[in-house]
Amino acid sequence: MSQRAFLAVAALVVVAGFLVSRVLTNQYYYFAAYVILQYVVLATAWNILGGYTGYVNFGTPAFFALGAYTSVVLIKMMNAPLGLQLVGGAAVAGLLGLGIGYLTLRLRGVFFSIATLALAVVLQTLFVNWEYTGGARGLSLIRPATAPLFGHYVQFLFEVMLILALFAVGVAAWIEHSWIGRGLAAIRDNEEAAECMGVPTLRLKLVATPVSGALMGLAGAPFPYFVTFVEPGSVFDLNYAVNSLAMPMIGGSTTWVGPIIGAVLLGTAQQVATVTISSALNLLIVGVILVAFVILAPEGIVGLIQRLARRREGDVRLAHGKAT
Amino acid sequence: MFSLDLFLNALAAGVLLGGFYAAVSLGIAVSFGLLDIANLAHPVFVMFGAYLVYTMNSRFGMDPILAGVLFTPLFFVLGALLYQLYYASFERKGAESLRGLVFFFGILFIVEVGLLLQFGVDYRLVEARYIGESLHLGPVGLPFRLLIPCVAGVSLTALLYLFLSRTFYGRAIQGVAQDAFALRLMGANPFKVKRLAFALASATASVAGALLIMIGPVEPAMNREYIGRAFAVTVLGGMGSIGGTLVAALMLGVAESLTATFYGPAWGVAVSFGVLLLALAVRPSGLFGR
Repeated sequence: MSQRAFLAVAALVVVAGFLVSRVLTNQYYYFAAYVILQYVVLATAWNILGGYTGYVNFGTPAFFALGAYTSVVLIKMMNAPLGLQLVGGAAVAGLLGLGIGYLTLRLRGVFFSIATLALAVVLQTLFVNWEYTGGARGLSLIRPATAPLFGHYVQFLFEVMLILALFAVGVAAWIEHSWIGRGLAAIRDNEEAAECMGVPTLRLKLVATPVSGALMGLAGAPFPYFVTFVEPGSVFDLNYAVNSLAMPMIGGSTTWVGPIIGAVLLGTAQQVATVTISSALNLLIVGVILVAFVILAPEGIVGLIQRLARRREGDVRLAHGKAT
Repeated sequence: MFSLDLFLNALAAGVLLGGFYAAVSLGIAVSFGLLDIANLAHPVFVMFGAYLVYTMNSRFGMDPILAGVLFTPLFFVLGALLYQLYYASFERKGAESLRGLVFFFGILFIVEVGLLLQFGVDYRLVEARYIGESLHLGPVGLPFRLLIPCVAGVSLTALLYLFLSRTFYGRAIQGVAQDAFALRLMGANPFKVKRLAFALASATASVAGALLIMIGPVEPAMNREYIGRAFAVTVLGGMGSIGGTLVAALMLGVAESLTATFYGPAWGVAVSFGVLLLALAVRPSGLFGR
């Protein structure tokens, strides 16, 4: 898709989202859609590092929570507007991402993944002990009741998350198709070989990790206003780690389309399951689907479709060959 | 603020805790250290063991350690099956270990949610006559609920050490860790040796679970703390060295206990992960690595 076409589609989606928010009045749909869109951002962000570069990050909750807590601090300190919260959350999480990038100098593969898991736990302990942001008890926040043009504030947040999701996908698509994406793919396939061929691996990783981290922080920044109550247990939830990794894996981790497919499918399924069955059971479903895909279809849905298309093409070619 | 009594007690508690950490870490030391399989799900199996012990204890009043030992065959079989699945899906195809990592992460999640559905988020604990009592040596008190897990953990470590260094199969496991191809040339099947090692590693989870629930009440999400601890101990201990694992576990136990005593229990968990990050960043080959 060309850049102009992407921008046109994005603008259309934003306008459509706004128009929908004029018509639909049931608040539940906005809450559900917000959560799904938040997963689109997280999955896309994870995929920039995990899918393109091949570094599996278990620390999504750390970045997400850092974005959320940056907002909390900004709100408490100076009652900052949402725009500033988004910039702040992305910046702080991006800095952490830069730190992770330097970590990849020493740690590769499994060790890197375990270190990110450790990072999330250490950060959680810090926030549990930090009284300013509410410590372990958590902190209640008052969000504005309404937003201009939108009426209810949750509708406004939904529109904001829609724009963030499009932004994240745009960034991922741009990275994928630029020389950066090709460099990252080279790192994924063989880091040593890429280095030997003159690919600036460290510089590329230092692009991928802050971008991935900042996008995760961006997803977390509106969260305090969305739930109006922030506590370490809910923002450092392991679900974010599992989902942000399961969604690209299920959708297909080598293209920007994969995380969207995964997030929409899995996110919607979870919302439906939460309402109709139970919230614990839907997590079980995510786990089972993740394991099944990792074993049976490691290239995800996109890979499956590509494989099917290739087979059909092959059949067609075979048929032509017989005819001539 | 600083008192010698307090310090000595914290030190003693740390050593006792360390003995128990060794029991939890053995499974990772064998699967990750020797076989190069990052079994993130091991701590959740320890949790599973703890809940099985809890069930036996609350239903039939069975002794926790006895129950833990009784369940080892079950965990042995579970481990063998899990390795079989891992081997067939990843190792045989030569797929990158990262996908295997995601696989174990998924298993962790499934077991944790399963425990959550079955037992809920309430803390569970076991009862036995000796759990509340303690042994006094001068100013230092050694509570039985820590002393017994420590003794059991150290014994388990010693048993595994003897098995790996003295028996035929133990040496085969060390051989497969060094060079699987050479083992194949000797006429042995690396797959079977690895399966045995992985099954043994899993079997230790049952005993470790019994010790875990003896030390204090458990809830399903606790396994995550032990991921950090067990991997920190394994890396620090030099990836698969059983003696190194014990020393690293004792060090971590003491570090955590001192931090908890002098800075507050909320910081205890951060110590293990901090140690892990530091060990990974500064000396990935561990204290006793080659």
